[in-house]
Amino acid sequence: MFTLEKRPSPSQFWIWATPVLAVALTMLAGGGLFALLGKNPVDAIRTIFWDPLFGEFAFYLRGQLLVKAGPLILIAVGLSLGFRAGIWNIGAEGQYIMGAIFGAGVGLAMFPTESRWIFPVMIVAGAFGGWLWAMIPAILKTRFNTNEILVSLMLVYVAQTILSKAATGFLRNPEGMGFPGSRNFSSFPAARNTDLIAGSGMHWGVVAAFITVIAAYVLLQRHILGFQIKLAGQAPRAARFAGVAPTRLVVMCLGISGALAGLAGMFEVTGPAGQVTIDFASGYGFTAIIVAFLGRLNPLGILLAGLVMALTYVGGEMASTNLGLPSAAIQAFQGMLLFFLLAVDLLSNYRIRFLKGRAV
Amino acid sequence: MNRRTLMASAAIGLTLAFGGTAHAQGMDKVKACFVYVGPVGDGGWTYQHEQGRLALQAEFGDKVDASTYQENVPEGADAARVLTQMALGGCNIIFTTSFGFMDATNEVAGKFPNVKFEHATGFKRDHENVSSYNARFYEGRAVQGVIAGMMTESNKIGYIGSFPIPEVIMGINAYYLAAKEVNPDVELSVVWAYTWFDPAKEADAAKAMIEQGVDVVAAHTDSTAPLAEAAKTPGVIGFGQASDMTAYKPSPRVSSIIDNWAPYYIERVGQLLDGTYEQADTWAGIKDGEVEIGEITEAVPAEVKAAAEKMRDDIAAGTHHPFTGPINKKDGTVWLAEGETAPDGDLLGMSFFVEGITADIPK
Repeated sequence: MFTLEKRPSPSQFWIWATPVLAVALTMLAGGGLFALLGKNPVDAIRTIFWDPLFGEFAFYLRGQLLVKAGPLILIAVGLSLGFRAGIWNIGAEGQYIMGAIFGAGVGLAMFPTESRWIFPVMIVAGAFGGWLWAMIPAILKTRFNTNEILVSLMLVYVAQTILSKAATGFLRNPEGMGFPGSRNFSSFPAARNTDLIAGSGMHWGVVAAFITVIAAYVLLQRHILGFQIKLAGQAPRAARFAGVAPTRLVVMCLGISGALAGLAGMFEVTGPAGQVTIDFASGYGFTAIIVAFLGRLNPLGILLAGLVMALTYVGGEMASTNLGLPSAAIQAFQGMLLFFLLAVDLLSNYRIRFLKGRAV
Repeated sequence: MNRRTLMASAAIGLTLAFGGTAHAQGMDKVKACFVYVGPVGDGGWTYQHEQGRLALQAEFGDKVDASTYQENVPEGADAARVLTQMALGGCNIIFTTSFGFMDATNEVAGKFPNVKFEHATGFKRDHENVSSYNARFYEGRAVQGVIAGMMTESNKIGYIGSFPIPEVIMGINAYYLAAKEVNPDVELSVVWAYTWFDPAKEADAAKAMIEQGVDVVAAHTDSTAPLAEAAKTPGVIGFGQASDMTAYKPSPRVSSIIDNWAPYYIERVGQLLDGTYEQADTWAGIKDGEVEIGEITEAVPAEVKAAAEKMRDDIAAGTHHPFTGPINKKDGTVWLAEGETAPDGDLLGMSFFVEGITADIPK
């Protein structure tokens, strides 16, 4: 009946139309799922996509969208640089955890000193922690040609173990009656990442995310490193001829994404999370991979994708509490988004040709 | 109306709605909401809280709206948002049913002084509208310890710990002390799962212990996975945790600890309705019916059953305390002298194993 034919170059139209189409298809299929569960599909979709933005409690939920989207965007922008160059950092979750531990550790070591310099030092420490954790796969790859996908992923589990050690041991709150978890940053103003305008959700991590989006955009459009990243991804051989040093590129891409993930962890632990706990890591590092692809590895696209992803979380929670949808249905709904994106992505690389005449 | 006016009106609305009026004289209708750490179908911890919610609804009918709950809420930043949404959505009393919701509960409670917050298994009550409730699970653990100590053939018994927090540590200690009392040769292995609900991890932990020769597996996690794993090896037994887990009767599930939250939920919401509600810190046990021992099956010999039931009845009668001296800490220092019983404060902050346990608490 029809056949798929590879396009000579990806369709510019479909590159940008597929994410929109994927969101639309997710709404349709999700609506069907909710209808099968006996809920009004229009209500459910409106609760997820409309109410957090314009509903009764939007004044609170809009801020929460920023809180949720901030770390996703920050991490995803970093990842997208590597992904464009064919360098696959899958372990952002681990770098996020290490950034949180380093940042929080430096801050807690200075408790209860009140100085305006504490927070900037913690920011540097957080970025350093994430960078350090990303340097392990970077060095192993450039020295011994190991696979960075495996190494960075395995290091997530190492980081999680260190996190539980931190929460139950070396960062544990000495006044916490033996309970695991560090001192809460709400009792340590100098090291606290508060809302810049109370109740707005706009904390330093969100600001950093916006700055990163702009910086990455400029980097890719104007800077030689951005050019090299794009070239290495599209034509690795040509890149070599053009003088791109693969080693340097691997170290740069993993280093930048690690540092950004570390920053996200540091802002999260001192802000919304408030303390180092055993289950501090809630999957931002993995979700950011979806966000990076949903945003077409483009900084501005990632900004939008991060907000849409945050919307499905915040709205999904609303639907779950207000409409009594099981949380598994919400998770399936979020999964559909990635599924449809990957499925319709076919359209940007292939065109459908209908075969005339005989049916096969 | 421009955006700034909108924001201002919202802020004022918030203050008006949740700032001023106090309802000391009771209420006509209460909206009770629940936050769960796992899915309602976990067959254990969250399932029992869900049963409590359903019982609450059935008890009061039209006077209570207990239809709002949220499952699978992560312990951390997300919990605060869920709680705020519930408070904004008009909940009068919110039950947060996991230890890790403690800081979020107190944080949100500070912003909504007219909403009552009830936190399970924690110790922080930073505001007047926060109450804590807990059950003396360690009493049930002592009963299980008797069964474990008498039933084990290999003298190796195991315990899947969730997180190294006092509630779990005191359960492990009570289990071990009771087992050792009836079987001085018993050895205890502890595996930390670092999760409340993750059937795959829980099953792995059970499997690892069974492979090391453990033949009695107790778990302080929320799913039925450890029992499902125990069922694969003949001769290995375990216990229902939080819920009766009758599907695994008569073996491997030879008994169980059942958390019965319904009476507490009904009592607290009832107090809110009639105006007698006050901040509280409740810790009820076998005597009060909050901790129940599930049927001890025929897979257990009669004398074991009798010994376990005696332990249960002695605890209920108040004639026996599972932590009665002499008990030393693992490092050899004295904790309780001869005949001394553990003060509640020691138990609630317990961060050490008792002498004889070879496993370590992660530091």
